[in-house]
Amino acid sequence: MKELVVVSGKGGAGKTSVLAALASVAGPCVLADCDVDAADLHLIFQPQVIHREDFTGGQKARIMPDYCTACGKCEELCRFDAIWFDGPGNGRVPQTFRVDATACEGCGVCVDYCAENAIDFSPALCGQWFVSETRCGPMVHAKLGIGAENSGKLVTQVRRAAQETAHRQALDLILCDGPPGIGCPVIASLTGASLALFVVEPTVSGLHDFRRVAQLAARLNVPGLLAVNKADLNDNLTRDLEAMAVEQGIVLAGRIPYDRDVTRAQMAGKTLLEVSNGPAARGIRQVWSIVQEQLRAGAASQTSGLIQIGNSRNKPISCDHERV
Amino acid sequence: MKVAIASGKGGTGKTTVATNLAKVAAAEGCTAAYLDCDVEEPNGRLFLKPTVDKQRSIDKLLPAVDLGRCTFCGRCSQACRYGAIACVGKQVLVFAELCHSCGGCTLACPVDAIREVPKSIGELLLGMAGPIRFVEGRLNVGEAMSPPAIRAVKSSTHHAPRDDLRHTECDQYNEADLTIFDCPPGTSCPVIESVRGSDLVLLVTEPTPFGLNDLQLAVEMVRTLKLPLAVVLNRCDIGDDRVRRYCAGQRIPILAEIPDDRAVAEAYCRGQLASDAAPSFAGRIRSLLGRILKGAA
Repeated sequence: MKELVVVSGKGGAGKTSVLAALASVAGPCVLADCDVDAADLHLIFQPQVIHREDFTGGQKARIMPDYCTACGKCEELCRFDAIWFDGPGNGRVPQTFRVDATACEGCGVCVDYCAENAIDFSPALCGQWFVSETRCGPMVHAKLGIGAENSGKLVTQVRRAAQETAHRQALDLILCDGPPGIGCPVIASLTGASLALFVVEPTVSGLHDFRRVAQLAARLNVPGLLAVNKADLNDNLTRDLEAMAVEQGIVLAGRIPYDRDVTRAQMAGKTLLEVSNGPAARGIRQVWSIVQEQLRAGAASQTSGLIQIGNSRNKPISCDHERV
Repeated sequence: MKVAIASGKGGTGKTTVATNLAKVAAAEGCTAAYLDCDVEEPNGRLFLKPTVDKQRSIDKLLPAVDLGRCTFCGRCSQACRYGAIACVGKQVLVFAELCHSCGGCTLACPVDAIREVPKSIGELLLGMAGPIRFVEGRLNVGEAMSPPAIRAVKSSTHHAPRDDLRHTECDQYNEADLTIFDCPPGTSCPVIESVRGSDLVLLVTEPTPFGLNDLQLAVEMVRTLKLPLAVVLNRCDIGDDRVRRYCAGQRIPILAEIPDDRAVAEAYCRGQLASDAAPSFAGRIRSLLGRILKGAA
């Protein structure tokens, strides 16, 4: 089974549009939206949800006002500025302490040192994940709760469910839409993947951000491909991007020209290839042919694209609340 | 006044608005500070081109176990909710990338065998871009957790003590008329850390289905934090009016509409401030600044 992850470093580089377009030519595959805190792939594929599951991450502290004596120990020990002295009174004290759930990181220190056992510590609902059907095959996606933590852990859950779905339906390719940045959800998206496709625009920030995410992929031993999006906006920077890629052993997957059809497809809730045969669509087909070659070439050297968290080759790096 | 520039979707123009707003504010005689809170991919420096006069490490605290004192009782690993410290036989293993620096293990140790030592997770850059005070946080590649680095950016001053990991708000910047937090994309913990403490969250979006969907998520996030918010509609002429209708329905003010402009895009490609390259763009940012400051007064 092969897992292709689209990342960019910088946001808004065209990851989702490119991934959706690739899904149109890839044939039978599983789609996975790993950008769990701002998921957009469902807007293109209008998935019919066939299975949904709650996702609970770590625990969160909650002070029970009836039992709080306002001693202030919790506030003193909390490293995350999550304790505020603005809870309701309870007859014994006019004001109690309160936990700001958006700041609580679930360390449990306040719980352990509360003399009154006044702090509840329950698993927090962090979001939901879904297995769905779309016109391009099954899709696994998620919605992170507002202000919830653990996006990396939810990404891992989405990838796991995508792998199980692929296995069940005997599909050998997963296309993952990755999040922007280089932090925990990106690490969770890339760890153990077969191939990373970097979608980058020829801008100074695109170049800067590409360098960092390429370094990350290299550290995680994920081979990469570069597709320059809107390549004709700046020829010099496009060449710089490609030179940097070659230097780092990243394969050039081609250039996708600027094309208004990309926005038009998004407005219509379609993939680019469903509405257009213009320059960008042709660029995508070119990218796909190279991606396919690389996936095949990788097949010889890599037996499985399953998440290999925990094996010796991919040292686990994670902000998850569990050791995997 | 502290303004956080954020968006659910990436690439909508946060950094463009943030850097140009700082530039225009300074040109109008305001004191301005620009804080790059997008520590995973900080880009403001490419446009503001500051002279960096101080650079220091951003550290997080990690437990260090004195094995001479340790009795291998295992209380530290029982206390840790993140599985970041494990007592195995006559060894105590620390998994740095899982540690949240909560101090729980140190408190739990009955023989005081655990000390907390700083480990560098990134760098803080301080300088000036002309009259604009400039701060950038830069997370090391491979580090998963950005909130501690964001806290370091927001609590920084030119004189801040090293290792000041506790979040101390950014009172130091109160004297600046306008302090801008350039935030990362998304709606999860790094964004929450970035917008916290601001007087206004300005959500930059574009009138496309992705823009609208991610705006709705960002609005929910900002409302959960109970912060005032407004919208900047960038490339306002590329899509349809669903974002405008949504904002009207939710009573969210749109403080600026910026048309799609090749001159702005080209300036951005090169790393040039669009307000220098396109006078009409500069005018729109000036009017945005006016509306922000008027709203504050």
